[in-house]
Amino acid sequence: MGLFILRRSGVMIITALCLTFIVFFLTNLYPNLEKLAKTEGNFRMSDEAVASWLEKNGYAQPIAVKYGQWLGVVPGWTRTEDGTVTGRCLDGGVSPEVAADAPRYCGIIQGDWGYSTRFKTEVGEIIETRLGNTGYLMMWVLILMVPSALIIGVLAGMREGSATDRSLSTLSIMTTATPEYVSGVIFIAVFASSTVGLKWFKGTATAAMENPTFENFFLPVLTIALYGMGYIARMTRASMTEVMTAQYIRTARLKGVSFPNIVLKHALRNALIAPFTVIMLQFPWLLNGVVIVESLFNYKGFGWALVEAASNNDIELLLAVSVVSVVVVLLTQLISDIGYIFLNPRIRIS
Amino acid sequence: MDPLTWTGALAFLNPIYQIALLLLAAAIVIWMVMSILSAGTRQVANADGTVTLAGNPQAMASLGVRFAFLAVAALSLAYLLLGLVMNTGAGIVGAMSRQLLPTWVALVVLFGLSISFKRRLGLYGKLFDSPIGMIGFGLVMFWVFTGIFAAADLIATHDPLAQVSGMKNKVPGTPLRGAEDGEYAWYLLGGDNLARDVFSRMVKGAWEVLKYAPLATLFAFMVGITLGLPAGYYGGRLDTVLSFLANLILAFPVILLFYLLVTPEIVATGLPQFMAVVLFAFPMVFCGVLIHSRFRTQPNKDYMWLALVLVPMFLLYMSLINARGSKIDFWPLDFFDIPGGVLVVFVSVVFVNSPTVFRIVRGLALDIKTRDYVAAAQTRGERPWYIMLWEILPNVRGPLIVDFCLRIGYTTILLGTLGFFGLGLPPESPDWGSTINDGRKLLSIYLHPALPPAVALMSLVLGLNLLADGLREESLKD
Repeated sequence: MGLFILRRSGVMIITALCLTFIVFFLTNLYPNLEKLAKTEGNFRMSDEAVASWLEKNGYAQPIAVKYGQWLGVVPGWTRTEDGTVTGRCLDGGVSPEVAADAPRYCGIIQGDWGYSTRFKTEVGEIIETRLGNTGYLMMWVLILMVPSALIIGVLAGMREGSATDRSLSTLSIMTTATPEYVSGVIFIAVFASSTVGLKWFKGTATAAMENPTFENFFLPVLTIALYGMGYIARMTRASMTEVMTAQYIRTARLKGVSFPNIVLKHALRNALIAPFTVIMLQFPWLLNGVVIVESLFNYKGFGWALVEAASNNDIELLLAVSVVSVVVVLLTQLISDIGYIFLNPRIRIS
Repeated sequence: MDPLTWTGALAFLNPIYQIALLLLAAAIVIWMVMSILSAGTRQVANADGTVTLAGNPQAMASLGVRFAFLAVAALSLAYLLLGLVMNTGAGIVGAMSRQLLPTWVALVVLFGLSISFKRRLGLYGKLFDSPIGMIGFGLVMFWVFTGIFAAADLIATHDPLAQVSGMKNKVPGTPLRGAEDGEYAWYLLGGDNLARDVFSRMVKGAWEVLKYAPLATLFAFMVGITLGLPAGYYGGRLDTVLSFLANLILAFPVILLFYLLVTPEIVATGLPQFMAVVLFAFPMVFCGVLIHSRFRTQPNKDYMWLALVLVPMFLLYMSLINARGSKIDFWPLDFFDIPGGVLVVFVSVVFVNSPTVFRIVRGLALDIKTRDYVAAAQTRGERPWYIMLWEILPNVRGPLIVDFCLRIGYTTILLGTLGFFGLGLPPESPDWGSTINDGRKLLSIYLHPALPPAVALMSLVLGLNLLADGLREESLKD
């Protein structure tokens, strides 16, 4: 078991390294750097000016060296010009004495996430606040989504082909067919529109960042939760119907155990093994939904930061965002694998 | 010209329709509650505390559902049919129904023919045995026909890009000021924030979706099958490497990938084109191997078929990847150029979809390769690729067809997502995602520009999901 986790963690680290390198490579392609130079410097820069700007700011080094520096395994670049030293680990131009005292390595291993050119602050700070906002959103999404999806799935699956099954299955197919940007638009139209709607909720969640209330926070939560709910419910239903046809359930029925008892005491635990994996593997899709919903409801969280970073070619922020999302995705995969082994005694990793 | 109301002269039907809808909703709720309460017994507790055994309330409730549903369906049909006859006299609904006349005709013909010959049509014919599958197929074909006829300019009332002064954000049914002869006199679903006709944009958008989604899915399947079969069949190191790559792409947040690939700077480096070179080669590889593995022992037939299939495909392939003034520009026989943005969208959608297909095919191949008929083929000395493509692949077609339907829906959602973030497709393109994105900015004041494309996208994806469900149900029966 320990060996299994170790091996999985090793694969996970390799995956994370590969993925961040791909992002690093794509954001550091020359046209992107040129755009960065022009937005940072001035838009009418000549090609030589761009080249010298990139040279001065350490962007002209080979990509592997830059990646190593960002990671913190290669010493950060320094550059001495007219007695002042600039460098990756230095704050603006400083004298050589100060530069000598500065740390040589500054990458994400040292906890230095870099500087955001879009927000003009430390990336670490942005990630922390934005991730906090999104974490709060996700917490409520999970609180709403998981229990309701499981209940729907169990109710539909406990008696296959019944009226409940058919209507709940149709409902869950409908929710999986409605992506967030469609359901969000419909919810705003029905519940928040100032002309014809019911005006129960607010159409934006901007105020929810300081003061989340039911009124301004429910719609974004519901929008994300609905899309994932249908899928989990269908998986739960499938696993529940399978369990309900098992031999030991028939034995229990023949012994005269009441139907609610069969469902709650005999079937439920075994039926919930498969949905557990599904819920864990839903995280990458939830991330997708988060980006859409945050831009639709103007909630400044992690997804919003991703959109801002990507549309402004903010390299360091984009890298940080991808590191966080890749780690979240891989961690959930790891948890789902380990959890599956714990929950299902039939699977043994030798 | 007067503004149109929603139902015009048929307004007397509205209260009846509302009652029927309410009845249907109530009947469904009662039906569901009954099925939970009357668990396997005919004994049901009444509200006054007595117990009755007479009749089966569940059967009665389901009868109620059926009648209410029939009433709703009949009334909906009445709106549409009377609309066909009365045109704008029956309001916006009638006028739209009239505009969609080619679609209705095509649907009726298709369903009529399919149902009368369904016993001879294999799995497709069996689809017409399942109501769910029929509803799904109907929804999908509705949008397919609408898209095709809209592309042939039979449905749209106006040019989807034309802006008419005074029509900005106007509500549905607003008449055009000073409409000329031969010009449609109303904006049936209103105008958007650039004074374009929402109805025309919606039906044209159907074509945009139909152009890309099925083709992108097909390419993803080619890639997934060509890589997934050997990974599952051979196993070993090949499997490890390919699975690692697939997991790598799957762990990537889709939106981040799109943002990275679709920016003009990346397009300028030619990266999407190089990806296209790799991804679009897979259909050729697939077809080549498919033919060669079959006719390996009959060289004449082999060369004939290979030439017949591969030469046109190669020409198409070269025209696809070759574009004037881009990084890949050396091939003289370039029949057509794909606009840069469209190619990028296409490539990224294929790229994101293929790892999932790979995993499905790999899993299926792992399962099937232990079967006896595979062992028999191995014993008679067939080559591995023959076994993979002619023994294993035909036997996994059921799950693959089902997944194909689901995946077209998913691709549609992805394309919408791209449009929603304004990535790739040209900004004035009438595709549904872009239209929703345009409409959402003024959503709390003007609903009509965003709602029609949203509902359209939802119904198409719902149709594909139901179709997949119907196919799964029918293919499991034998």
